[in-house]
Amino acid sequence: MKKFMINLGIALLLILGLVAWAMLPWYLVLVVVALFVLWLLLTRSGRLAWEAAKIGLASLPQRWGASSVIVVGIAGVVGVLVAMLAMGEGFKATLNQTGSDSSAIILRAGSQAETNSVITRDQVPLISSLAGIARGADGQPVISPELSQVVNLVSKADGTDANVQFRGVGPMAWTLRPKLKIVEGRKFNPGMRELVVGRGAQKQFVGLEVGKQLKLANQMWTVVGAFSSGDSHDSELWADVDVLGPAYQRQAFQSVTVKLDGKDGFNRLKAALAGDPRLKLDVQTTHDYYAKQSEGLTKLINILGKVIGTIMAIGAVFGALNTMFAAVAGRAREIATMRAIGFRGVPVVVAVMLETMLLALLGGLIGAGLAWLVFNGYSVSTLGQNFSQVVFQFKVSPELLWNGLKWALGIGLVGGLFPALRAARLPVTEALRAA
Amino acid sequence: MKYLHLIWAALFRSKTRTFLTLLSVVTAFLLFGMLDSVRVAFNSGGSVTGANRLVVASRLSITQMLPYSLDTQIKAIPGVQKSAYAAWFGGIYQDPKNFFANFSVGPGYLDLYPEFKLPAAQRKAWESNRTGAIVGESLAKRHGWKIGDTIPLQATIFPTQGSNNWSFRLDGIFRIDDEKMKAQENVLFFHWKYFDEANDYVKGRVGWYIVKVADGAGSDGVAKAIDSLSANSDHETKAQTEAAFNQAFAKQFADIGLIVTGIMGAVFFTLLLLTGNTMAQAVRERIPELAVLKTIGFSNRSVLWLVLSESVLLVVLGGVIGMAIASLLMPGVSKASGGMIQLPTVLGQTWAVGLALMLAIGVIVGLLPALRGMRLNIVDALAGR
Repeated sequence: MKKFMINLGIALLLILGLVAWAMLPWYLVLVVVALFVLWLLLTRSGRLAWEAAKIGLASLPQRWGASSVIVVGIAGVVGVLVAMLAMGEGFKATLNQTGSDSSAIILRAGSQAETNSVITRDQVPLISSLAGIARGADGQPVISPELSQVVNLVSKADGTDANVQFRGVGPMAWTLRPKLKIVEGRKFNPGMRELVVGRGAQKQFVGLEVGKQLKLANQMWTVVGAFSSGDSHDSELWADVDVLGPAYQRQAFQSVTVKLDGKDGFNRLKAALAGDPRLKLDVQTTHDYYAKQSEGLTKLINILGKVIGTIMAIGAVFGALNTMFAAVAGRAREIATMRAIGFRGVPVVVAVMLETMLLALLGGLIGAGLAWLVFNGYSVSTLGQNFSQVVFQFKVSPELLWNGLKWALGIGLVGGLFPALRAARLPVTEALRAA
Repeated sequence: MKYLHLIWAALFRSKTRTFLTLLSVVTAFLLFGMLDSVRVAFNSGGSVTGANRLVVASRLSITQMLPYSLDTQIKAIPGVQKSAYAAWFGGIYQDPKNFFANFSVGPGYLDLYPEFKLPAAQRKAWESNRTGAIVGESLAKRHGWKIGDTIPLQATIFPTQGSNNWSFRLDGIFRIDDEKMKAQENVLFFHWKYFDEANDYVKGRVGWYIVKVADGAGSDGVAKAIDSLSANSDHETKAQTEAAFNQAFAKQFADIGLIVTGIMGAVFFTLLLLTGNTMAQAVRERIPELAVLKTIGFSNRSVLWLVLSESVLLVVLGGVIGMAIASLLMPGVSKASGGMIQLPTVLGQTWAVGLALMLAIGVIVGLLPALRGMRLNIVDALAGR
């Protein structure tokens, strides 16, 4: 009964410890590690613990098969976790980089996305005369009325149809999106059935090489250039809006993107829009517009990744417990001898824990390293808010790697504690007498 | 079978070890049960065997609408038993977070979907009410709607008389019995005729056609005949089976199959190592016992089978418990979320794959230790050499 209560207390402490560990920022972790190293080096029990740990580590190669269960198990958890979270991060980063605070997108009131929006031709001159819109060197307002169509292209990966955004833009579109650079060929000529394609789209879909002809809306289009922007426009095809509109029998535009005039440009534009009863339109900065699109999916991937990671971590804890219990049982005589010649409880506990944590750290490093090697920059695509593909890259950030290592050490902590306690409680005489 | 007692005793010889290994197997198969069910539900996308339906949508893009006039032409094609049309509406109820599918459907749409069970009286009421709507049971529960309620929807694409406010009267609540398709209850249907009259933008246009192919008629031939109706026009169509359509759409979100395979690959590799290690240890400890068994007359082969059955039993026991927990957990989550999340139950095919995996893993991890047990030399083993 007493033992049960003690174990219960330890389990509670362990849970508290794990929660604290999960919330600990990196610099405090460094402090904890530094304190631990100092304790190992400076105090008597610390030095004893280090000696005991060295004995355990020296016999590690003999138990390599069993110990690899800990390493591989934890590597699996960390690898899967980091890869899943890197997918969410990558998607978020792609959409967050798209757009800026110095330009705004105008949509019909109530529309959530460009696909749903309609802006009639007669509204465009009204919009361009509003306050808050920047003017170019020639005194003309910098605006680009745009129309985007979803077209079917064949994906390279498995030959199935995928929805791709085919955007018609005005002549000012290039000025509005300075991040976008032509990397191959040239821009399309206004009035011609020519198009330029994003690098991301080029990698994912068939038939977008520069110089190729492409049949869209029953007309032949020539790919005359490729651009790269490092954001979600990379997944698009661009053409002149005045060519694209008639090809799809669209009289109206869908959105108008404008350059904002100075810091308070957005507020002035918003006020001006609200003040004009002829314009029932919504305005938001392009940064906000694209950032909002990533929210739902990123959250979903995050939750999924953590749930799957937790279940795998529980499995890995059992694996680690199993291995370490076996290790302690296998070294029962050795540990009993150490205790008989004067090693106390604390050094024995710390020695077993240290061994587990080092194995866990190794597993964490392997898992995180593999995730980084395999997935960093791995590009995939998913269906975005406009019913079209957004190509993005997995982003294995240092923060994620660090998180992965924290998970690994957490698993090591749980998996090492109970075997370590058993080692410290081993009845010395019985263990020495056993065969 | 007469050795079951012996195998059982050997399995629980070291309780802690077996218990911990068993728990690892349980978590691995718990994860497998859940992930594979999600994959199956995602990829099957409601293709009902024997329904034999085609989806006819624009070849150019899914947002392109088709003329209403195709309806009579499609119905005239030999091999077409029934057809109906529908148009995406994309309305929002109160908040964009409450997303559910809502679209207008033409007459006879429900006849094409016999799996949507709507009481006859409610159906009659709906058909005679111009602004009526019907919803799935899960959706009605989620928002607490009762028959007769007015449901306001904010249009995102189609305004009516200059405003985005549409409202419908709830005339019926249908249910789907098949657990696998429960997610499809999250939908609202209303009359296409009302949509066509009341919206400001499009007239005489539909989003897609659903065609039921007569039994015995090849769906490929019918699909080709439908596509040739509009060949070289500005509204070319693409007719494909419902299963192919749903699969292509699901695949555009993500290749769930690939992700699940990747994760489970990592999990099962670890599991192999873990249980393999346990079995090797178990046999190593028991070498003298196995030698005694051989001494009292067990043949080499029986020892092999004993060890092999032990490892298979270990994995199958853990696996079945894990998948049972998964099948209990999933409906629980669905219920607790109040219809927000619809998780499928663990289906027969997942159980089948799971059992095959358990047997395979059990045999693989048991084989080496079992061979070792079989080859034991009695004298050496008893002498502890």
